[in-house]
Amino acid sequence: MTHPVLELRNVNKSFGPIDVLHDISLSVKAGEVICLLGDNGAGKSTLIKTLAGVHKPTSGEMLMDGAPVSFARPKDAADRGIATVHQFGGTFPLMTIGRSFFVGVEPTKGFGPFKIFDRKTANAVAVKAVQEFGITRIDDGDRLIGGLSGGERQSLAIARALHFGARVLILDEPTAALGVKQASHVLRVVMEAKKRGVAVIFITHQVTHAMAVGDHFAVLIRGALAASFAKGEKSRDEITDLMAGGEALADLDAHLDDAAATVS
Amino acid sequence: MASATQPPVTAPTARLGQGISSAFARLVRRPEAGSFLGMIAVFVFFVLAAGQVFVSPAGFASWLNVAAEIGIVALPIGLLMIAGELDLSIGAIIPASSLTVAVIAGFFGLPDGVAVIAALGLGLAVGFVNGTLVNRTAVPSLIITIGTMFAVMGLTLGLSVMVTGSTSASLQPAPQAKALLGQFVGGMFQITIFWWLGFVAVVAYILHVSPIGNWIYALGGDRISARNAGIPTERLTVGVFMLSGLCAAFVGVSQVMVYQSAQVAGGQSFIFNSIMCVVIGGVLLTGGFGSVLGIVLGTITFSMVNQGIYFTSFDPNFGSIIIGALLLVAVLMNDTFRQMALSYTSKKKT
Ligand SMILES: Nc1ncnc2c1ncn2[C@@H]1O[C@H](COP(=O)(O)OP(=O)(O)OP(=O)(O)O)[C@@H](O)[C@H]1O
Ligand SMILES: [Mg+2]
Repeated sequence: MTHPVLELRNVNKSFGPIDVLHDISLSVKAGEVICLLGDNGAGKSTLIKTLAGVHKPTSGEMLMDGAPVSFARPKDAADRGIATVHQFGGTFPLMTIGRSFFVGVEPTKGFGPFKIFDRKTANAVAVKAVQEFGITRIDDGDRLIGGLSGGERQSLAIARALHFGARVLILDEPTAALGVKQASHVLRVVMEAKKRGVAVIFITHQVTHAMAVGDHFAVLIRGALAASFAKGEKSRDEITDLMAGGEALADLDAHLDDAAATVS
Repeated sequence: MASATQPPVTAPTARLGQGISSAFARLVRRPEAGSFLGMIAVFVFFVLAAGQVFVSPAGFASWLNVAAEIGIVALPIGLLMIAGELDLSIGAIIPASSLTVAVIAGFFGLPDGVAVIAALGLGLAVGFVNGTLVNRTAVPSLIITIGTMFAVMGLTLGLSVMVTGSTSASLQPAPQAKALLGQFVGGMFQITIFWWLGFVAVVAYILHVSPIGNWIYALGGDRISARNAGIPTERLTVGVFMLSGLCAAFVGVSQVMVYQSAQVAGGQSFIFNSIMCVVIGGVLLTGGFGSVLGIVLGTITFSMVNQGIYFTSFDPNFGSIIIGALLLVAVLMNDTFRQMALSYTSKKKT
């Protein structure tokens, strides 16, 4: 059997005295969408930042195609094909579509040290990449990002990630604060990525969105992997409970029952 | 900027109309749109208020000489502001580099070339310290560069008194050095004006043509995202601060070549003036937006007001009022133009 594209084994992460992630093991295969669920502050963003090379795990192993990897910088992860669209930012409101699409990997022409930013190519490639995902309203690479809608921005960011040959696409709440139609646009882009054989890690607080695209679900509660199951193994209600920290609540119930039992 | 090819349109009037409206749309979403209109307004005002003398060669020379010196510092200050940073230490680097030249060449009698290289090296070193401190600490560059400004000022004063026994030094530049850095072309135009043009070309290349320009915009737009996108943000920050130090030191060098003396004080006015030029030029104070052409136009506008007032019958103190008002109007106008740029959508398809 082939190795998963990306795998975490017993990863811990703490910021000084604060333990954020406990013993996380997770893997994602090509063409698979993993939904990472959990309450606010559960550690979802921290987990994907670790995958993206923003943070180094305090302990534990990361493997790509079965071989151990270690990222010192976000660029290292990006070079290995891990593309991340972070929860906040990722786009530059006052830059043009063409320019922001190529931030860090600018197309150049010219000779020797005299490199010239190739605006025409940048604009054309950026517009084409977004249009391939059905966002046909973007047709001018000179427009500023700040003038796009939230959904268009997210789609642009995802299109950008895929354009640069991402094998793993990590999306941190790409549908947060989006309207129904905008969100469905983004979900469609995710499905398209999956169809192209990209491994997707998708963070969301919305069960509907998760169930629409997820093949596999992982629930984080206070930094620990509380549940991990495949599509169809749990009902919508069960997932909702889990996302609200349901297991912890169930624990609490049990404790209360115990207490009640000892009293009586 | 290169113009996109227009799709063929059958009716010539339609093409004309579309050409004008798309040219207007293109102008309006550029950072320098507001500062261009501001410059025209100020120019017309002084032509009316001061008359013929303002448009005479002497009139032009008076504000161009001022513009050149501020302009060379305003360029990197603009880059820094686009990158989301500030640099106040230029106010201390300028006199420090003047004195360095005057002491090394004038007091110790070493070759002018050695003195100039030492002064420029000083600017680069202060810039390096600024950039490194900004990277290493989470302290805003405003505070860091106020700190280095005082440090450089204190060192300059202390060393100058220790070495020469006074707070000023004079210099008799060699003919070549004078010709290259301190002469008046045509008897009235400082050679610094031509150096300014050179700096404009280099900085315009960096910001608008080379890929590094894209990094600078990204850095000012969102530092963390820029880093996540793989931009070497720390090296870039140090680089821009070093450019700022270098440009300030260059202005110090050309001042000592022109005026043939250097004082410990002096240079403070450059801090506010350069920031004003940059803001009038349409650069966003919080970073991410601006252009070299805008900075140049802002510098010209500022200098025209600064000098033009002496050609009018007004009390020169009113010049400051005009500059203050201009700054406010510029920021308001630039905000409006930025909104228009944001809401701009490509040519309406009918
Ligand atoms: N750099 C840091 N230093 C210290 N603590 C941190 C740091 N980053 C995150 N944390 C802490 O780690 C915990 C998890 O944060 P994280 O951002 O991963 O949550 P999240 O699951 O993404 O939440 P949300 O759904 O609100 O986005 C929080 O308690 C947070 O305060
Ligand atoms: Mg988060």
